[in-house]
Amino acid sequence: MSRPDIATLAVGDVIGKRTVTFDRAALVRYAGASGDLNPIHWNDRFAESAGLPGVIAHGMLTMGTVVGLVTDWVGDPGAVVDYQARFTKPVEVPNPGTASIEVTGTVGVIDADAGTVRVDLAVTVDGAKVLGRTQVLVRL
Amino acid sequence: MANADFEGRVYPANAPYSVGREKIREFASAVGATHPAHHDLVAARGSGYPDLVAPPTFAVVVAQRAESQYISDPEADIDFSRVVHADERFTHHRPIVAGDELTTVLHVDRIVSRGPISMVTTRCEIFALPAGAESPDPEAEAPGEPVASVTSTLAIRGEDA
Repeated sequence: MSRPDIATLAVGDVIGKRTVTFDRAALVRYAGASGDLNPIHWNDRFAESAGLPGVIAHGMLTMGTVVGLVTDWVGDPGAVVDYQARFTKPVEVPNPGTASIEVTGTVGVIDADAGTVRVDLAVTVDGAKVLGRTQVLVRL
Repeated sequence: MANADFEGRVYPANAPYSVGREKIREFASAVGATHPAHHDLVAARGSGYPDLVAPPTFAVVVAQRAESQYISDPEADIDFSRVVHADERFTHHRPIVAGDELTTVLHVDRIVSRGPISMVTTRCEIFALPAGAESPDPEAEAPGEPVASVTSTLAIRGEDA
């Protein structure tokens, strides 16, 4: 797989879009894999007592999943040199059912001398932003 | 209300986290990362990595363990049931690979309370121990090769928020 050619990119180019879905099993799997066992991610009663509408996805599950749009575009998961996000709105995960997250990646900054590109991700559920200032700096 | 006295605190390099191949595969599967360099040793080496490469947010596993030194300290006054994750940032000096022995120096950079909300920012400086070392050398200037910085902000709601 060849990397995108930095010389052919322009700020504003859309690198891709995808939809990712989470069900309750995905949350349990991430809890186990990450060691984040906070019950707001698997126990409705606990989530409601914490003032939430119900179980929500780990912000880090959303952040960790949506970056796949960028690493698949580059073709190398080790190319990410900086990655940041704000958690602006919780992602509710129904039971039964799935939460559906829309991801769009746009070229935000190109640094040809450094050989890096910043991809900005728009991450929404039903049109509402769930991650803010989601920026992925990759070395091409 | 988070105890403001902890601002500026720096913890000594902690006991190393051993990055295992199965943990990388498990974490990669949990975040839907299907690239062969996470799962297949031949593919990872073919891509120029010495071993399986961790996904970009894997460092959170290492960082969370270090952060618990602070978060779970009763003196810090952080009620974890009232914590919401506000933001996260990873800066990678090089990718994490299986076989790394990672030690973390935890910094409590900022504690700000406004009304009933406290915002706490921590920074984990993650280093790879030199080959063969089993624990960080307390005499060394740095505990190893810089691998990643992980900055995390938590919002803690007070009883009335």
